[in-house]
Amino acid sequence: MTAVATAPTSTIAAASAADTSYPAVERAAVDAAARGPVLFFFGNGLLWLMLATVLGLITSIQLAFPSFLADVPFLSYGRIWPAFTNTLSFGWGSLAGLGVTIWLLARLGRVRIKFPGVLVTGAVFWQVGLTYGIIGILAGKTTGLEGLEIPTGSAILMLLGYLLIVFWALLLFSFRSQSTPFISVWYLVAALLWFPWSFALAHAAHLLPNVTGVMQGLVAAWASQNFLSVWLTAIGLAAAYYLIPKVINRPVHSYNLAVYGFWSFIIFTGLTGAVRLSGGPIPAWLVTLSIAANILLLVQIVTVTANLVLTMRGQYHMVYHSPTIRFTFFGAIAFTVGSSIGLLASLRSVDRIVHFTQFQNAETQLVIYCFFSMVIFGAIYYILPRLVGCEWLSSTMITMHFWGAAYGGGLLVFVLLLSGLASGVALANPGTTIAEIIEASSLYMAGSILGWLLIAAGHLVFGLHFLLMLLRIGQPGGEPTLFSPIGEEEKH
Amino acid sequence: MNRSNFLLGGIIASFALSAFLLVLVPQMQLGGIQPQFTNDEGKITDIYPIENRGIVAAGRAVYISEGCVYCHSQQVRDLQNGADLERGWGVRRTVARDYIFDSPPLLGSSRIGPDLANVGSAKWRNEPEGENALYKPARRDAAWELLHLYDPRTIVKESNMPSYRYLFERRKISGQRSVDALNVPTDDGFEIVPKSEAKALVGYLLSLDKSHPLKEAKTAAPEVAAK
Repeated sequence: MTAVATAPTSTIAAASAADTSYPAVERAAVDAAARGPVLFFFGNGLLWLMLATVLGLITSIQLAFPSFLADVPFLSYGRIWPAFTNTLSFGWGSLAGLGVTIWLLARLGRVRIKFPGVLVTGAVFWQVGLTYGIIGILAGKTTGLEGLEIPTGSAILMLLGYLLIVFWALLLFSFRSQSTPFISVWYLVAALLWFPWSFALAHAAHLLPNVTGVMQGLVAAWASQNFLSVWLTAIGLAAAYYLIPKVINRPVHSYNLAVYGFWSFIIFTGLTGAVRLSGGPIPAWLVTLSIAANILLLVQIVTVTANLVLTMRGQYHMVYHSPTIRFTFFGAIAFTVGSSIGLLASLRSVDRIVHFTQFQNAETQLVIYCFFSMVIFGAIYYILPRLVGCEWLSSTMITMHFWGAAYGGGLLVFVLLLSGLASGVALANPGTTIAEIIEASSLYMAGSILGWLLIAAGHLVFGLHFLLMLLRIGQPGGEPTLFSPIGEEEKH
Repeated sequence: MNRSNFLLGGIIASFALSAFLLVLVPQMQLGGIQPQFTNDEGKITDIYPIENRGIVAAGRAVYISEGCVYCHSQQVRDLQNGADLERGWGVRRTVARDYIFDSPPLLGSSRIGPDLANVGSAKWRNEPEGENALYKPARRDAAWELLHLYDPRTIVKESNMPSYRYLFERRKISGQRSVDALNVPTDDGFEIVPKSEAKALVGYLLSLDKSHPLKEAKTAAPEVAAK
């Protein structure tokens, strides 16, 4: 931990202020070069988010009313559910996340993207593969491995597209004009390097002749965990580490905390995958290792939370003014809550109750929606005006989006946690019948439908607002659209 | 330049560590597992598990494409990890050897419905049916499974499993009623018969039996009715 760790604290200030310290003309040129590909990634990601919203809503209705759409083979729960998870992760999460990644790497490295067509081509390959994959899942053609359902042919197309994107993104990294990479860049490079190996190895594993049975399940669990906890989480944290100091206009609180947080994250997260098979037919040492790694991740949870919260100190009122801060800070808090619940749930005494229940679904939604997606929304609110040249039209629409996403996402996670606990306790009591277990959790399903309806309303408003921005219908450029003006006395 | 080399090196090393500990080492440990052969004076008297063939393989494919795995697990945990054995979902924990012919393994991560690791075992099949059943076959046999697939709520009225009516066909009775026809009310002159997918799926379900003794997993549980 020598070279990075010993960087003097002053470089952090320089790095975080990196793109305000160079001339506005140069910044505008960097943004102009990034406009095409970043808008393409955001726009397409958003379309996938709309599809995921519809699919998520359908699954929540089906859990409460099992006959809903049950007579249409390609809309039955067993096919809609994997279509939903894959659309959300590989469609919305990956594309929007890559959009943010590319913009951040260009901005922080002061690099003008050359040949943006390569990035767009990569995204097209990715989406053609994904589209075939989702159609395959709905048609009943799946690998049968949870988290890796997309058929291999489609996955290869996606990987080819990704390789184009990652190659270009790493070129941005190597052509940067700053020698000391900013914290966000560490996380982004980690995400970019981890994903293809994890994805490729996972798909290769179930094709190789001597990787059979439980090993395939273990590799799928490992890859799903990497996808959620390394890929999406790293991009979300990179965006939070950039946006919060940027809007607050103050350097990240502590460079050393960031260093400890990053290295504990990248070393321990990759070892947590086996908790997904806790109690299952795998060697016990694997589960023990993953639980230990989860406990060690406490270092990361504490340092990242402390760093982001302390960066905000004295400026918490900004959540009332700045849309970017409101979404991003909500996401940062959700990261802390989600990681802590994940840590608790990995302990054997808790896992034996909540394993196999909606509790685990709640953990996933906390990370992918309440943390990652909210931070990405915050990032899009920040980035888009810089690309299209006008500011967001209406602060009311941003407010509606926030309440839909925050209350909807929060409610969804809350009822899933309760439902999981209720059915987990019932499952752990050998005296209860399956019918009683279903009843223990079914009450909450109405709550999850309401949650999804709120989320859907928020996304509709956001989608419309995004479209208006693409059409350059907004406030004149210059001052960001705020919920309310920042008063003089609040400024410092 | 050194800093970014350190960063890149560290990231690559962290991935290598993860892949080594969670993929490579387990593969070395689990990759070579063979079925358990029981010898009696040099003669092989028993092999477990055996490959999935014929209707079992076909039914397994239906199980995968219908996504049964998103609500049903197929793994039995030890007493210390859950109440699976006490619930009567198996007589021993399941171990890696149980799945060596399963590609992919259908372990499942959710129990919106009950575990199915032993749904085809003699104990489950011979279990008498509950009070709720409207048209009840006396045992959990193929007829029970087919009816349950067609309309789960005729058997368990609180069930939240979708009806898989599209795996069945409603057709006019020509001549004699089919032996496969379900015992459900339909219009006069019509019958409900399972398509080949439904028959295969039931064949697969009834093949699921992980109660065979294995030397690495102690048969622990007393015989209790499955719940």
